[in-house]
Amino acid sequence: MKLRNSQVHGREKVELQMTPMIDIVFQLLVFFILTFKIVAVEGDFNIKMPKAAQGAPSDSLMVPLKLSLRAAPNGQLTGVYLGDTPFSGSPSQKFAQLQNRLVQQVGLDGGPGSAQEEAEIEIDADYHLHYRFVIEAMTAVSGRLDPETGEIQRLIEKVKFSNPKGG
Amino acid sequence: MKITKKGRRSIVEGDLTPMIDMTFQLIAFFMVLINFTQAEQDEKVRVPSSEVAKPPEVPFESSLTLQMTRDAGVILDGSTFDLEALRPKLIAERQIADATREGGSTELTIIVRADMFVETGKVQDMIRLCQDVGFEKFALRAKDEKAAN
Repeated sequence: MKLRNSQVHGREKVELQMTPMIDIVFQLLVFFILTFKIVAVEGDFNIKMPKAAQGAPSDSLMVPLKLSLRAAPNGQLTGVYLGDTPFSGSPSQKFAQLQNRLVQQVGLDGGPGSAQEEAEIEIDADYHLHYRFVIEAMTAVSGRLDPETGEIQRLIEKVKFSNPKGG
Repeated sequence: MKITKKGRRSIVEGDLTPMIDMTFQLIAFFMVLINFTQAEQDEKVRVPSSEVAKPPEVPFESSLTLQMTRDAGVILDGSTFDLEALRPKLIAERQIADATREGGSTELTIIVRADMFVETGKVQDMIRLCQDVGFEKFALRAKDEKAAN
């Protein structure tokens, strides 16, 4: 069969119009860049604190532990006491010692009626103390990461605050 | 002067394919990472971090976020208040919660996002104000240390 060269040469090359597509693509890109926002992952310490319960006897069977956090006028942590027992070293060392003491006292065995479930702690912090130390204390008393599994081992879940001193 | 006529100029076309490829990849990247959740995170407030503060598996049914800056200003719905100015706002929120939600204000969780360097007493003053108004449930928010690293 004879191919007619004239037909092949006569065809016009179809070119896609790239300009509108690139315009739209760049607009989309600008939109996503402008709306891009890095949101940090945040978690919570849940506390139930009705006003009537403040200072009222608790329903826990155990006597609430008392954690005192003392501060310098500049807000730095100067002392951590569990009852009358002081802890020494840097703030992180103090909280690590506190956690070890709580593990000894309360244990990590959860379950109905266990000491860990019944235990309650009252945090008494100085007015000027930087809030980050309160969160560090909450972390120390709430639980710890299991070094083997990486899971959270819960410690004391009932936490309450007493009125701050030195305000 | 003799002007020589140039021969037929050929049209030089740049190859757009790599640029378009890269642009589409950038769009895909931003689309995947875009966050449409209305997380209330004011950049002025630098929350402390904790290794045991995990994001809640189920979001709170009803919540109100109070953010406290380093100078003890309280951010609510994008506006900053001092504690006295906050009281009528909280009363209004309680009335709305009581009227519209099952369980009312007692079931509403106050999410406290406070700056790591604010005085603890100021945070407790804010919590006490919430208690005075009638709120009972609180969540102290902290950055997930593991996720942050």
